[in-house]
Amino acid sequence: MFGLKGDWSLEVKNRYFTLDDYSGAEPRWCTGCGDHGILAAVHRVCRESQIEPEKTVAVSGIGCSSRLPHYMSTYGFHGLHGRALPVACGVKSRRPDLDVWVATGDGDCFSIGAAHWIHAMRYNMDITLLVFDNGIYGLTKKQTSPTTPLDVPTNTHPSGALLPPLNPLTVTLGITNISFVAQIVDWNAPLRHEVIKKAHEHKGTSFVRIIQRCPVYVESIGKALQDEPARMQLLTHEKGVQVDDSVKKLFPNHAEHDPSDLGAARALAEDANILPLGILYHNPDAPQYDLMTSVGMDMSIDDRLVGMNQALDHFAL
Amino acid sequence: MSQSQISEDTKYLFKRDKTWWVKLAVPRPLRGELGFDLRRSLHTDNVEAAREARWEAIEEFRSRFEQAMAQQGGNAAAAVMDPVEDSDRAVQARDGVRKVDQHIVEIVSDSGEGAQKCGQVLGLVSGKMGNGVWTVEIIPAEIQPPARERQGASGIRVRMGSKYMTNMGDEADIVVAFNEQVLYSRISNHAYRKGTVVLLENMWAEDPDPKIREQYKEALADFEAQGLVVLELPIQEECLKLVPDPRKGKNMFVLGMLCSIYNRDTEIAKNEITKIFKKKSEKVIKINHDLFDAGYAFARENINYAFEIPAAKEDQLKSAVVMNGNTAAGLGVMASGIELVSMYPITPATSASHYLAEDFHLTGGFVHQAEDEIAAIGFAIGASYAGKTACTITSGPGMALKTEMIGLAIMAELPLVIINVQRGGPSTGLPTKVEQGDLLSALYGIPGDSPKIVIAAATISECFHFVVMARKLAESFRTPVIMLTDANLGTGVQPIERPEVTEEWFAAPLDQSDWDPEVAPYDWDKETGLSERPIPGMRGGEYILTGLAHNRNSKIAYDSVSNQEGMDMRSRKFAAMSATMKPPEIHGDPTGDLLIVGWGSTLGAIEEAVDRARAEGQKVSCVHLRFLSPMEPGLKEIFAGFKKVMTVEINYSDVPGSSPLITEDTRRYSQLALVLRAQTLMDIDCWSMVPGHPLQPGTIHKVIDSRLAEMKGAEACSA
Ligand SMILES: Cc1ncc(C[n+]2csc(CCOP(=O)(O)OP(=O)(O)O)c2C)c(N)n1
Ligand code: SF4
Ligand SMILES: [Mg+2]
Repeated sequence: MFGLKGDWSLEVKNRYFTLDDYSGAEPRWCTGCGDHGILAAVHRVCRESQIEPEKTVAVSGIGCSSRLPHYMSTYGFHGLHGRALPVACGVKSRRPDLDVWVATGDGDCFSIGAAHWIHAMRYNMDITLLVFDNGIYGLTKKQTSPTTPLDVPTNTHPSGALLPPLNPLTVTLGITNISFVAQIVDWNAPLRHEVIKKAHEHKGTSFVRIIQRCPVYVESIGKALQDEPARMQLLTHEKGVQVDDSVKKLFPNHAEHDPSDLGAARALAEDANILPLGILYHNPDAPQYDLMTSVGMDMSIDDRLVGMNQALDHFAL
Repeated sequence: MSQSQISEDTKYLFKRDKTWWVKLAVPRPLRGELGFDLRRSLHTDNVEAAREARWEAIEEFRSRFEQAMAQQGGNAAAAVMDPVEDSDRAVQARDGVRKVDQHIVEIVSDSGEGAQKCGQVLGLVSGKMGNGVWTVEIIPAEIQPPARERQGASGIRVRMGSKYMTNMGDEADIVVAFNEQVLYSRISNHAYRKGTVVLLENMWAEDPDPKIREQYKEALADFEAQGLVVLELPIQEECLKLVPDPRKGKNMFVLGMLCSIYNRDTEIAKNEITKIFKKKSEKVIKINHDLFDAGYAFARENINYAFEIPAAKEDQLKSAVVMNGNTAAGLGVMASGIELVSMYPITPATSASHYLAEDFHLTGGFVHQAEDEIAAIGFAIGASYAGKTACTITSGPGMALKTEMIGLAIMAELPLVIINVQRGGPSTGLPTKVEQGDLLSALYGIPGDSPKIVIAAATISECFHFVVMARKLAESFRTPVIMLTDANLGTGVQPIERPEVTEEWFAAPLDQSDWDPEVAPYDWDKETGLSERPIPGMRGGEYILTGLAHNRNSKIAYDSVSNQEGMDMRSRKFAAMSATMKPPEIHGDPTGDLLIVGWGSTLGAIEEAVDRARAEGQKVSCVHLRFLSPMEPGLKEIFAGFKKVMTVEINYSDVPGSSPLITEDTRRYSQLALVLRAQTLMDIDCWSMVPGHPLQPGTIHKVIDSRLAEMKGAEACSA
């Protein structure tokens, strides 16, 4: 605190990072796309954390949303469709010193990458996981995604999505060893910032489903919510996020919800009529797999040589 | 009492349970009529009485032979012989100890009866006594096939020899069978020959279930008709004297029997038994020692075979470690300084990870069991990207799932070690069995141009050393390296020279020094395509890795110039690597009639076959490729020294003439042959098969002979 270390010597930070130190190329998302705002929040949270850009890694899959790393000037990994999480977990596995972000879409995370979503949640490595859920496949031009609402027409289902959409919150809240589950909409900057900040601060996998507007392909989804804020309710609690009155005014429905109460979180997630916004679940004590995978990484060469010979001894004739 | 005295005293006699029997082999021409031997109980447990009584029976048997012979019009008296002398390499039931330069023993049982442990210890003891040893497990495809199932054979083969053993050899000399049914699958695998001695558990003859008794009887007749020499033994009954349930423990009794037959050092054997049960109580150790002793004593009294396999001094290793290829690969991972193995369980690769899960902590490493194969390699790629070159271990179906990720690693130039312990394919194929069917998919099985390094270990020792090499290559050339091994190497156990691991083998410590921001993340050298990579944590090196086409700055670039440059650079690295490589060594003369080209686990069998053929004066040599991509240089020149070049592989190829549809034009070549034909534009032939078991030297020897004969025939025709 205040740059004071345990031995009372003063640590003078000789580097201060501005937003520019985290932002990269000019984003190529469409005008009005919700991704812009999410990116801005990430840049701001990075700046507030003052974590060195060279220690920050943004990992993504493929999709509009997965372009995010290119708009960072940190390290980044723009990999394969659906596979951001295994890569991110691998990065973290032997480099707990790196600050790892994941940007993924509803197709990327909930469809092709669904297995990794479930397992990464359970691994609970210290990763900030942002799912840009626009309810559509954006990059490949308007195909049905797992979260496309019923009856919304797409290029693969021109007369409307056939099946009721998957509920990412109930699924996530059903996974063992989760530690942080939140939901926001891209268009409310204060709430967006507070939740992403809390997610980033949390030690463990923080899952943030971001309802994101894609005005180009499914304008109706975002518009319906923007026009009718009563379809959402703000979660309030001293252990949750604190937002000012302007935000509270925007969302007329409020629900006092203790994020440590998993049962209550599940009940809130279950209710299809009203979308909860804020932190649904937070458990700072869930076991973290990265603390297990990184064991031994600091072993000295000499100790390794000794260990190696010990291993060979087991097979000596 | 010495061996020879015993055998003299019990000529024509054998003991079944407590009763002495007399047995006389039927001369070969009469077997159709009289069966393999004539036998009868002497109704006594007293050996003296049996010795007295036997002559009458022998007389009677002989007169039956004569009668039968007279009917056939021959002279039987001269034909009375020991049936086990049928084959020239036959095991002989005769006085004294016979010296052999190698012997193959199999122990087969239902699964869970400990046959494998028994064989492993026999192998270890033999290794310790200075013999060359190769052991390989016989694994049923199911975990617990029903008992007495023909396809359910579980067990082990142990080849022991004076020289260093490089493969599992040809047919077994002695097999111990816990029941008769499991022998059938081995017979259909041609594991035995005429004269192979079967030491068979005889409890089934008196099983309460009449069906089993019938099966047993039928099998005996079958085996004898096939020329196996069956010795029925009351193993169960003997074990019951010591333990209430011999399903556990019978294996130690059998170990005792085998140690007696091969005159193994009982002290060493008992030490090994102690080690097996070290976590159990003294009582357990004692009972297993007792079973061992009982088996040993039983064999001395009742089994009239004794062999000595002298150890060849010049072939002995300075300091040996005994392991299978999967364990060797696991140790190689540790010795290479790799810190992370990320895997998904798949036979026959998993045991490598099982081993690592035990010992990896000794070098500070971790095994990640991922949710699937894709996640496994993705996790490894993440770690490699972050500066900790990682490894994933899998087999064919897993490789199929990993292809997209391998392509990413190629595109993004990430070091990565991928070990493929090949099994039979396609699809789920033959999970536990060997094949070399993944060469082409390793080389070409990824969409887009995807050059990479592909190496193949040919020995258990190489399973170790090639991982160390693979990590270095992966980092030097900024590329994934696929290392191919297979089920044969993965499960074959052998003493190998103990590696002298040094610090230089380990990966360099994580470099976190500043990166010159002027240097691009793909600062390709125009001539070699090589570049250094920035690692997260290096200040100034920040870049966004992408699987999209990109330029040297790692910026997405769809333009044709950038795309061409990227492809050129990613390919050129391997030309650069090739320039540092040496041609492979030729085993045999550098010129001749026939050159066999192999790769992977067939090395030992091919060389042994070539040696045999050369000893018979054939002009045949062989080369074995370790580098498949880039390929070892100088092959064209080597091939030019031979009239014919032919690959020998365990993968599919059409046999010309096997159907009218298969002609020189339609014929599909085996995988290495296809690559070599393309690479050299020479008419390279192939011989391959997919038997689900390793190629045996005898088989290859026959192939060599027949190809050479064909060539002679063709020459004669054209002359
Ligand atoms: C293996 C594979 N399959 C399919 C694709 C094509 N593809 C790219 S992005 C995408 C869907 C993207 O949708 P989403 O994840 O929702 O991201 P968005 O573009 O909506 O942000 C698909 C199907 C691919 N790149 N790779
Ligand atoms: S297509 Fe939709 S999601 Fe993609 S950039 Fe445009 S608005 Fe955003
Ligand atoms: Mg989407």
